[in-house]
This record gives sequence, structure tokens and C-alpha cells, in this order.
Amino acid sequence: MTIATTQTQVPVNVDNDKCIAEKGCTVCVDVCPLDVLAIDMLTKKAFMKFDECWYCLPCETDCPTGAVSVSIPYLLR
Amino acid sequence: MKRIDLEFDLVVIGGGTGGPMAAVKAKEKNPKLRVLLVDKANVKRSGAISMGMDGLNNAVIPGHATPEQYVKEITIANDGIVDQEAVMAYAANSFDMINQLDQWGVKFEKDETGDYAVRKVHHLGSYVLPMPEGHHMKKILYRQLKKARVEVTNRVVVTRVLTGADGEVVAVMGFDCRTADTYVIRTKAAVLCTGAAGRIGLPASGYLMGTYENPTNCGDGHAMAYHAGADLANLECFQINPLIKDYNGPACAYVTGPFGGFTANSKGERFIECDYWSGQMMMEFYNELEGGNGPVFLKLDHLAEETIQEIETILHTNERPSRGRFHENRGNDYRKQMVEMHISEIGFCSGHSASGIHTNAMGETSVPGLYAAGDCASVPHNYMLGAFVYGRLCGENAAAYCAGHGQGVVDAGDVAAEERRILAPLGRTDGLTPYQIEYKTRRLVNDYLQPPKITRKYEIALRRFDEIREDAESMFAANPHELMRAMEAHSILDCAEMAARASMFRTESRWGLYHYFLDHPERDDENWFCHSLLSKSAEGRMQMRKKAIEPYIVPIDEEERSAYQRLRVAHNAEAA
Repeated sequence: MTIATTQTQVPVNVDNDKCIAEKGCTVCVDVCPLDVLAIDMLTKKAFMKFDECWYCLPCETDCPTGAVSVSIPYLLR
Repeated sequence: MKRIDLEFDLVVIGGGTGGPMAAVKAKEKNPKLRVLLVDKANVKRSGAISMGMDGLNNAVIPGHATPEQYVKEITIANDGIVDQEAVMAYAANSFDMINQLDQWGVKFEKDETGDYAVRKVHHLGSYVLPMPEGHHMKKILYRQLKKARVEVTNRVVVTRVLTGADGEVVAVMGFDCRTADTYVIRTKAAVLCTGAAGRIGLPASGYLMGTYENPTNCGDGHAMAYHAGADLANLECFQINPLIKDYNGPACAYVTGPFGGFTANSKGERFIECDYWSGQMMMEFYNELEGGNGPVFLKLDHLAEETIQEIETILHTNERPSRGRFHENRGNDYRKQMVEMHISEIGFCSGHSASGIHTNAMGETSVPGLYAAGDCASVPHNYMLGAFVYGRLCGENAAAYCAGHGQGVVDAGDVAAEERRILAPLGRTDGLTPYQIEYKTRRLVNDYLQPPKITRKYEIALRRFDEIREDAESMFAANPHELMRAMEAHSILDCAEMAARASMFRTESRWGLYHYFLDHPERDDENWFCHSLLSKSAEGRMQMRKKAIEPYIVPIDEEERSAYQRLRVAHNAEAA
């Protein structure tokens, strides 16, 4: 059996110009209760790796540069 | 992947609300105690109050309410099925905890004389105390953890509590959700503070994590307690909450009620007298929702501009602050429209209802050395303050237990078996995904377990859950994160089966919508004025038994007994 990947628009958006993950910042990754954010090894920026969001906002609130914005997941919007 | 072996005196599982309090209070009781706080997220932002809380729902403050009054209120709201001593232990310690939090820097609303500004939401007494700056709650708790020198391990998912020859706690096991390193932590005692089982049912949106509860709270603690041999109480008393439709978070009548907001039907009319949550209130809500007067709304559009601004400030900065942007997307304005409401998926949560891991007035479960506090434990209507009070009681009592007990002997076979169980999904290269197993379980919960309850539906559900259990043996995880979801899927399946078995056992209807059993539509005090307990049999199956209600310490008279049965606004009852 093969495993398919299904594309989905994620609710957490990171502004790469503002994100300072390349300087070692991992605040948004650290505070996410569901552990769905990660640092992209190639771009060195934070991104939403798993579409499992509770739209709870610590990532956005705690980001030191205002790079993270959360929208309500489309299925609920 | 490696195995990490640790040894502590006390392990607290879950760093949300009750957990940090338990850890801090255990250290205060005995500063030499080796205390570990484990969280599958990060204690800085974990649990139900990740973004804070807007107020206390059940503050028992001298001059506004007495512990006896509170015990009465909760007894009546729960149709009499309470251990009053356990409720009293909360009520009697409530005011001390408020003062403790006040000292720690939590800002409660006070009047011009400096007294706590308590509001009335409940049917009989006044217990609601707003916290206008409640979004700082987690920071305040974190500061206390550091001050008390509690060791913290984040991102470790605890999966089992291991027991020794006498059934006592000897270790806990789990794994790191980023590295899949396994943990074997020897300990004399453990406190479960894992929150509600909030991922049993599926939100109507179909979005798996769009739950009422923080989705990390998926019933791990309930499943762990069950497998460790503990009793779980009154699980058929489901949690079902009124909430903002689709957003699936609180609307929130407790906050808006004292300002003049209320729950209304499609005609804008009030249909319940009291917005305090009880099974009967949810029944009235459900009837209105499904009847010709539905849907149901939160009505604020009659309030003054400054009042609405104050409500917006509270609701859009605390607990679930994304409520504001949800309304904005929809073009909802409290000034112009009523907000459409709905009822939540089912769950177990003693914070709002009455089911969970059975605990007594000391926070002890039926397993020696195992304690439980907060939404996962069985003390009814505990909310945030109850999690703090019972966190304290569990921490202090567990510290005392540790003083009288040594480290137990851990069975190597138990450790090996649990390690195999944890790592199995990572060892497979294909199979069903955790998402598929979880989605199907939860969809079937909605189809068959959502009240009104019907025996035939429940029988079908149990058969389907068995099939999913077999399917779950072929679950595969591509990485440690998916492994976390796979192990959660097992907990969810356990909780779904517990919800079904407990419901079928109690052959009566009670707690309004929470246990509305169509095959047995009447309340039957003669046979069912008792707790129901679920536990694991010697053969490893779920078994049920009755437990007599502990003698009341606060008597309830006949007039008071029916107070929560008279929730419907009188003129509506006449019209119907």
C-alpha cells in the first residue's frame, strides 16, 4: 500500500523577512502546545509542518519580531 | 533513539493548571523531594489555560458564599451524585488558594474598597470572580516552578504508569515526541494532571484539532489510570458544552451574563433562567436548538457600547483570544447581530461536568501512590480553581506518601512490553496513519455515542471500536511527531470504549442531556442513586460496578433538590 500526501492550506503563516530563526530563535516552535511548527533546515525559517492547529495564538503572541500570524483554519472559518 | 532511565520521588504528569501547583506544593512541603514535572508540550504554554483565563467560575469567598452553600449548589447541579466530602475539600480551600494566587500576582477584579468583586451566574449563590488580566496566568505559574526548583521535562509524552507487586506506583514510561527516545522514570508516586478527554468526539467542522478542549488533552491520563488499575467514576456523565458554532470555543455566558448578555432562541427570547452549566441546562439548550425555535444564539446586541467594549476586551484577549478574529471574518459584531451557538462534541471533563479518574478528598485514586487533579479527576465542576486546589492537595499528600515509602521494584518485562508498544508504529513502513484511526474512531463516537443514547447504537459502536482496535495494530508513524498522534489514538479509542460501557451500565436517565438514555428515559433514584465505577478486570477487560453515595455532610432539602430542574423560563413553558 502506498501513502498519499494531501495538500492543505495551513492556518499559521510566517513572514520570512521578519523571522529570525536563523539566529537561533525557536520561540514559536517551543510554545506551540501541539508541536506543529518547525524550523525549515534549508530556509532556516519557522513554518507550520503539521496542519493540527488549535488557533490558540501563543506562537503569534510570543514571537519577538511579529513574524507569525494565525488565521482560523478554513474548515471552521 | 535511545532509552533514558531516571529516578525521582514524585512525577507530576501534565504541566497545565493543576500540575504546576502540585509540583510547587510538593516541594514546599518537602524541599528535598525530587520532583519532576513532565509535559508533552511546553509548560510555558501548555494545557487548557495556555492563553490564560478570564475569571474564576467557582470562587467561594467569605461574605459572598459559604463552603456549605457551594457544596449544596454542586450537589443539586449534579442530581445528587457527588462525594460531598471531596467537594467540601475544594470549597473549604478555595479562599486560601485565591489569596495565594493574589500574592503571586494574579490580578482579580476588586471593588473600590479592595474586596473581591464577585458576580452571580449560578442558580443559587454568587461565585464568579473576573480576572481582567488573566492572560498572565501561565507566566505566574512558571515563575513559581522556577522559584521552587521543580525539574521540568518538556515534549515527553507519558504513556503508562507501571505498578509493583502490591499494585502501587513504581514508574512511569513515555517517549520524546521529537526524538522518540523512550523514558523509564522510577518514582514512588505520580500525580495525573492530564486534563480533559477532549478528543473523543469529532467537532462538527470535521477539523480534528478544532475541539472545545485544548487538543493535547486527549484522555491520556484516563487511559493511563485505567491500565494502571485505577477506578474511573461516572464516565457516562459526558461533558457537552454550549459554544460558538464552528469556532467551537466558549461564547461565553459566564462572562457576558453579569453584563446583561444571555442565551436566546432565534426570536431573541430568553429560554433558560440560568446560564450556569448543568446537564439540565444543556438539555434545555439542546431542545431549543433542535426544536422550531432554533438555532440558539448569544444575545449582546441590546447592550450599551461601553459594555460591549468591555466584553470584547475580556473575550478577545483571554482563554481563546482568536474568538475576535473568528467574528471579524464572519462579519459578526456583538453590537449588530446575535452570535450563533451550538453544542460541543462529547468528552470527559470534571471541570465542567462530573466524570473522571476517581479521587477522594485527598486527591488519591484507588492505586497506591497515584493521585489526580483537575479536569481528569472526578471531583465535579472543579474548573480552574478546583485544579489549583486539588493540585495543592495532591502535591502535599503525595509528598507525605513519599516520606513513608521507598522506591518499588520495576518489572523488566513490563518495561520491555511498553517499550515495544510505544515503538511499534515507527518500526512499520506502511499501514494506516494515526489520522485515519483517530478520525474514524471519533466519527463513530459522533454517530453512535452522542446523546440521546440508544442501546442498539451503543452495541454497534462497541463492535466498530473492536474493529478499529485490530486496525490500530497496523498503525504506522513516519516520525516521532506522528508517533505521538499514534499513541494518542490508542488513548482516544480507550476513552471511546469507556464512554460506551459506562453509559450502557447506568440504565436510567440523569444529568439532563449528559446521560439522556432513550431506552431508560426516567431518573431512577431507587436503583441508580449511586456512583458508577469502571475498572480493568483480571482478564484485562472493562468492568463496571456501583458505589454507594458517601453520606452527605451538607443536607439538601426537598425544595432545593429540584432547583436545577426549573431552568426553563416560565412563560415559555406555558406557551408549550
